[in-house]
Amino acid sequence: MPGKLKVKIVAGRHLPVMDRASDLTDAFVEVKFGNTTFKTDVYLKSLNPQWNSEWFKFEVDDEDLQDEPLQITVLDHDTYSANDAIGKVYIDIDPLLYSEAATVISGWFPIYDTIHGIRGEINVVVKVDLFNDLNRFRQSSCGIKFFCTTSIPKCYRAVIIHGFVEELVVNEDPEYQWIDRIRTPRASNEARQRLISLMSGELQRKIGLKVLEMRGNAVVGYLQCFDLEGESGLVVRAIGTACTLDKLSSPAAFLPACNSPSKEMKEIPFNEDPNPNTHSSGPSTPLKNQTYSFSPSKSYSRQSSSSDTDLSLTPKTGMGSGSAGKEGGPFKALLRQQTQSALEQREFPFFTLTAFPPGFLVHVGGVVSARSVKLLDRIHNPDEPETRDAWWAEIRQEIKSHAKALGCHAVVGYSESTSICEEVCILSASGTAAVLNPRFLQDGTVEGCLEQRLEENLPAGCGFCHIPYDELNMPFPAHLTYCYNCRKQKVPDVLFTTIDLPMDAAVIGKGCLIQARLCRLKKKAQAEANATAISNLLPFMEYEVHTQLMNKLKLKGMNALFGLRIQISVGENMLMGLASATGVYLAALPTPGGIQIAGKTPNDGSYEQHISHMQKKINDTIAKNKELYEINPPEICEEIIGSPIPEPRQRSRLLRSQSESSDEVTELDLSHGKKDAFVLEIDDTDAMEDVHSLLTDVPPPSGFYSCNTEIMPGINNWTSEIQMFTSVRVIRLSSLNLTNQALNKNFNDLCENLLKSLYFKLRSMIPCCLCHVNFTVSLPEDELIQVTVTAVAITFDKNQALQTTKTHAEKSLQRASTDNEELLQFPLELCSDSLPSHPFPPAKEHLESASSNSGIPAAQRDRCSSWIELIKLKAQTIRRGSIKTTVTVEKASPVGEGNFRNRSSPPCANSTVGVVKMTPLSFIPGAKITKYLGIINMFFIRETTSLREEGGVSGFLHAFIAEVFAMVRAHVAALGGNAVVSYIMKQCVFMENPNKNQAQCLINVSGDAVVFVRESELEVVSTQQPAATCQPSCTGGEVTT
Amino acid sequence: MASELDIFVGNTTLIDEDVYRLWLDGYSVSDAVALRVRSGILEQTGATAAVLQSDTMDHYRTFQMLERLLHAPPKLLHQLIFQIPPSRQALLIERYYAFDEAFVREVLGKKLSKGTKKDLDDISTKTGITLKSCRRQFDNFKRVFKVVEEMRGSLVDNIQQHFLLSDRLARDYAAIVFFANNRFETGKKKLQYLSFGDFAFCAELMIQNWTLGAVDPQADDMDMDLDKEFLQDLKELKVLVADKDLLDLHKSLVCTALRGKLGVFSEMEANFKNLSRGLVNVAAKLTHNKDVRDLFVDLVEKFVEPCRSDHWPLNDVRLFLNQYSASVHSLDGFRHQALWDRYMGTLRGCLLRLCHD
Repeated sequence: MPGKLKVKIVAGRHLPVMDRASDLTDAFVEVKFGNTTFKTDVYLKSLNPQWNSEWFKFEVDDEDLQDEPLQITVLDHDTYSANDAIGKVYIDIDPLLYSEAATVISGWFPIYDTIHGIRGEINVVVKVDLFNDLNRFRQSSCGIKFFCTTSIPKCYRAVIIHGFVEELVVNEDPEYQWIDRIRTPRASNEARQRLISLMSGELQRKIGLKVLEMRGNAVVGYLQCFDLEGESGLVVRAIGTACTLDKLSSPAAFLPACNSPSKEMKEIPFNEDPNPNTHSSGPSTPLKNQTYSFSPSKSYSRQSSSSDTDLSLTPKTGMGSGSAGKEGGPFKALLRQQTQSALEQREFPFFTLTAFPPGFLVHVGGVVSARSVKLLDRIHNPDEPETRDAWWAEIRQEIKSHAKALGCHAVVGYSESTSICEEVCILSASGTAAVLNPRFLQDGTVEGCLEQRLEENLPAGCGFCHIPYDELNMPFPAHLTYCYNCRKQKVPDVLFTTIDLPMDAAVIGKGCLIQARLCRLKKKAQAEANATAISNLLPFMEYEVHTQLMNKLKLKGMNALFGLRIQISVGENMLMGLASATGVYLAALPTPGGIQIAGKTPNDGSYEQHISHMQKKINDTIAKNKELYEINPPEICEEIIGSPIPEPRQRSRLLRSQSESSDEVTELDLSHGKKDAFVLEIDDTDAMEDVHSLLTDVPPPSGFYSCNTEIMPGINNWTSEIQMFTSVRVIRLSSLNLTNQALNKNFNDLCENLLKSLYFKLRSMIPCCLCHVNFTVSLPEDELIQVTVTAVAITFDKNQALQTTKTHAEKSLQRASTDNEELLQFPLELCSDSLPSHPFPPAKEHLESASSNSGIPAAQRDRCSSWIELIKLKAQTIRRGSIKTTVTVEKASPVGEGNFRNRSSPPCANSTVGVVKMTPLSFIPGAKITKYLGIINMFFIRETTSLREEGGVSGFLHAFIAEVFAMVRAHVAALGGNAVVSYIMKQCVFMENPNKNQAQCLINVSGDAVVFVRESELEVVSTQQPAATCQPSCTGGEVTT
Repeated sequence: MASELDIFVGNTTLIDEDVYRLWLDGYSVSDAVALRVRSGILEQTGATAAVLQSDTMDHYRTFQMLERLLHAPPKLLHQLIFQIPPSRQALLIERYYAFDEAFVREVLGKKLSKGTKKDLDDISTKTGITLKSCRRQFDNFKRVFKVVEEMRGSLVDNIQQHFLLSDRLARDYAAIVFFANNRFETGKKKLQYLSFGDFAFCAELMIQNWTLGAVDPQADDMDMDLDKEFLQDLKELKVLVADKDLLDLHKSLVCTALRGKLGVFSEMEANFKNLSRGLVNVAAKLTHNKDVRDLFVDLVEKFVEPCRSDHWPLNDVRLFLNQYSASVHSLDGFRHQALWDRYMGTLRGCLLRLCHD
């Protein structure tokens, strides 16, 4: 009997009128936990009852404490007939189970009814007395902290990052049980809400147990999702990263840490060999950005095939050939460590984190993803969710082998998702292959590591861009150059990742949101045939999404994508692909080349003219974008970079696929100078459309920036005003013009218009940045497309921006140059022949050189793309009905100053009492998070049978979302918090039946409840604080803000 | 490709003041969009008409949801659904309860009944204010009236407490409620030159001096109803004009005091008895409800118009009224000095306000 739950019902207010005759209500309350129910007295004739009840006490297992929600039902007493329910409040008492979180839940909760929405509020006080259990065979995992935040939470320090935890539970969906035919919609909705609440609790408890097994004390980056599989059941699954966290409570704990940021910085790429002794020039191939390896065993067979197919947990085999030659001792140590930790983590070296403590991330290999199409069948035994488990295990295995193929032993920024239509389900997983520093993965003395590391000092800011794989034995054709920052290691020319931009990455200019959007029609089909059709389409979609991203990235003049999220949604008669990412210019990577257009019929004069007109437009756009995003990379002498010679094999392949247009391409290349060119062939109207659509993306109005990562590269002076919002749009396609092209246009317009509307609505916040822009697309019905966006607009100070960026840039350049000097001497002595003899460009040039591209290596110039091959590759994707496609994308590297997060906040305005901020970010600008109160994970259903009366679908959903926000805020406030960070709306399933005047919507949201204090209010606290605030807020180790 | 559904929900509810005004003014979404286009917003922001349409719809929907709460402003403060900064809440309430001068002049003093509500379309046609806006304003008057009707305490305070209005607006509402309750006639042609401000000024004076609340701060309806006893007592003033000696004495006192100080002295002297009779008779008649309602008509007929026809400058009116009130204190035979002061003190203020073109 390890816990006593105590509940007191204080009062109600604004209750609805339940008795028409008196215009009043006779309300009482039922308090239920598990199977025990208590009731308050009936408070007669009042809309503002004062029950002031005794303490209701429940004596319960801690297992139940974790699983069960506290259920409070407000009813209207009726002497003659059944009591009418007014509404319910579910309270998750989990936050009361950790020692450091909330101690009491007390406040006004909206009383919620699934048919009528919010109907008044109730004041409740909840406490838990936990008895110390010295337990043995624990089924509960009380005390494990959960965080949605995908970085080490602000007031903690990561001692060990254990690794991946996952769990799923399945059940029948009450909505599809036989009983649903005879019960009311309200009863059905409530059964569903309760079930999901129970399942989430159970899931969380089970994950907690796994964490305990790993000897961790927290789960970071916890992501829980529901799969509404309809007839076949309900799946609740979750993934997260198990960690051992230390609370930074006393100033003593964090001051030393924040006093030595430079030390920390220096040790970042500790295990990168400063001495690059292998210098075979990278192959120059056009394909590198579009490498798709479906069925890894095939495409990666060039590499060590053993690592791909072998499911053993010894990454050594995979890495052995790949990197042993290049990175000697440290790497081996790392591998050893990795093996160890992999075992510890039970097979999957995955991390759901997207931002890391300094030094954690060593190299980034690129995006790895896997998809699989499955046919849903009824879950026969809910206690044995093996099928679903097996499905995910299969996908994770594939991800893992892809990562190995990239020479990486881990996957970071990992996430999983599903899209379900009828009985077909697409499972997707993606992440970023990476090499990690074992220091955080093992038990043991951080101090010891620290000292060791200090001896090796290495350039910060570009290490993660350096390729982790062996350039002689590359997993895919890629174009490598020497890092533009340190000049010692190879980097690819483009880097795609699913993580946030590392704090210390050197970025030039600002970033921007880049989206690829795509629709594909598909025949309506049943079961197997349907799954096969979808499987066949997937690779083409992936490919095209990727191409779009690439083109748009080049159009922006940038060379890396962060936070890449590709969503493929399935509908009855179409597939939709939506990829979002934040483009940036990493200083460590080469300047991207332009885009060349090649026509097919060179003889036609007018056509030629048209082409050159388009070309001009594209060039203008690139130039404009460079100006807009302030991309002025330093000018670099050509010779500095060891000009890579194309590998013969790749070269020949290039020529073969080039076919008739190749001549023309060279011609165009010449006209374009030495720029690396990306060629678009316009051979039919489709391609024309593509080019047009490239150019139709309108940049945000001046004063606006947008990104889908935590923060915007290049902006560092956030002010305190934030506005989180959710916007939903549904369009109905006219069935007349259903062609792929028309669909694409509709979808594109939908997204663009949505963005335009957002910019317009938020115009009063200018200058501001939309951060963490999260688009989700779904196909609720045949001709409906639903797009949901959640993001936060943050204002920043423009004037201050100029100043700080300048000083920052100066500082960073100074530092970079000193770094470079130091570093230059070292390698020069050791292997002078391999290094450019030119002096490194002085720092000043960084500022002065405009976007001149004259320094681009010659070898890069003949890059072009031919896609035919890829399509061929993709043809091999069908594997026994369940098909997977994999995208493997590049990586690259930035240098230098990652301090864009310096939030110099002007004195903040008074924080009004009762205001609860919500943000999808892990931090609050201009404020310091002082306490995490626990996870918020809520699921609501709302249904109406009077849709017209509630203002139609828009009115209905608008009110519902506002109510969901209100309930989240109320729970946070009751926990004693004043903000939700890492807020996410994971699901928003909307169904309507206008003919019946009905609609239903399911929403699932989560986030971390926190207490924050304005920095201005903290000024008195300590003089050390400023140092702490410049620290990147995602760094776990020394984070103090 | 029609948008089936299009919504935007912010954690902090976005309020666009311009759209709010259009909504309050009763424009339909399409009219509002047209007006916004005309304001040049598209050029300023580079937005498209579709964006504007969507934005306007969204704001309208928000306002419709807020309207229920605006009917009881304290609810707006305590509700949890919309997170709105206090300054914005105040703005929402203040604007919602604001009214048009043209409209209020039409309904001032009328019974706030269904019958009047039916006439709103005529008022709408006459004033050019949309019917929707007229309804909102009328319903506001009625709602405030219903809530404070049977309350103790100061009318203005009650309104402020229950509707969270600014002092200025609460005073205006007090005047509206007071006029509606006493049904003062304000619509007659000869009263058309008076503004709402003129009436509100008089209402405030009357509330301060002539109601039950002026003598008993605990009375029910204290600020709404005129003090019946006081009205009854006003009959006693008749002696001032009925007693010929008293009237002559009064006249000579006034004339002596004002000789040489008044530009219109001779006209005043000639008219004194008429004016005095007018003012005293108005007082004496106030026992009848019908005559109470006609108070302003009578004042204009009996005092303002004669003065105006003789072109009295405002300063002369002031000097006259001061002297006229004060001289009564020197009438030894007159015993109702306090009553006279309570009556004349208010009336003097009202008359001065009413004397303009």
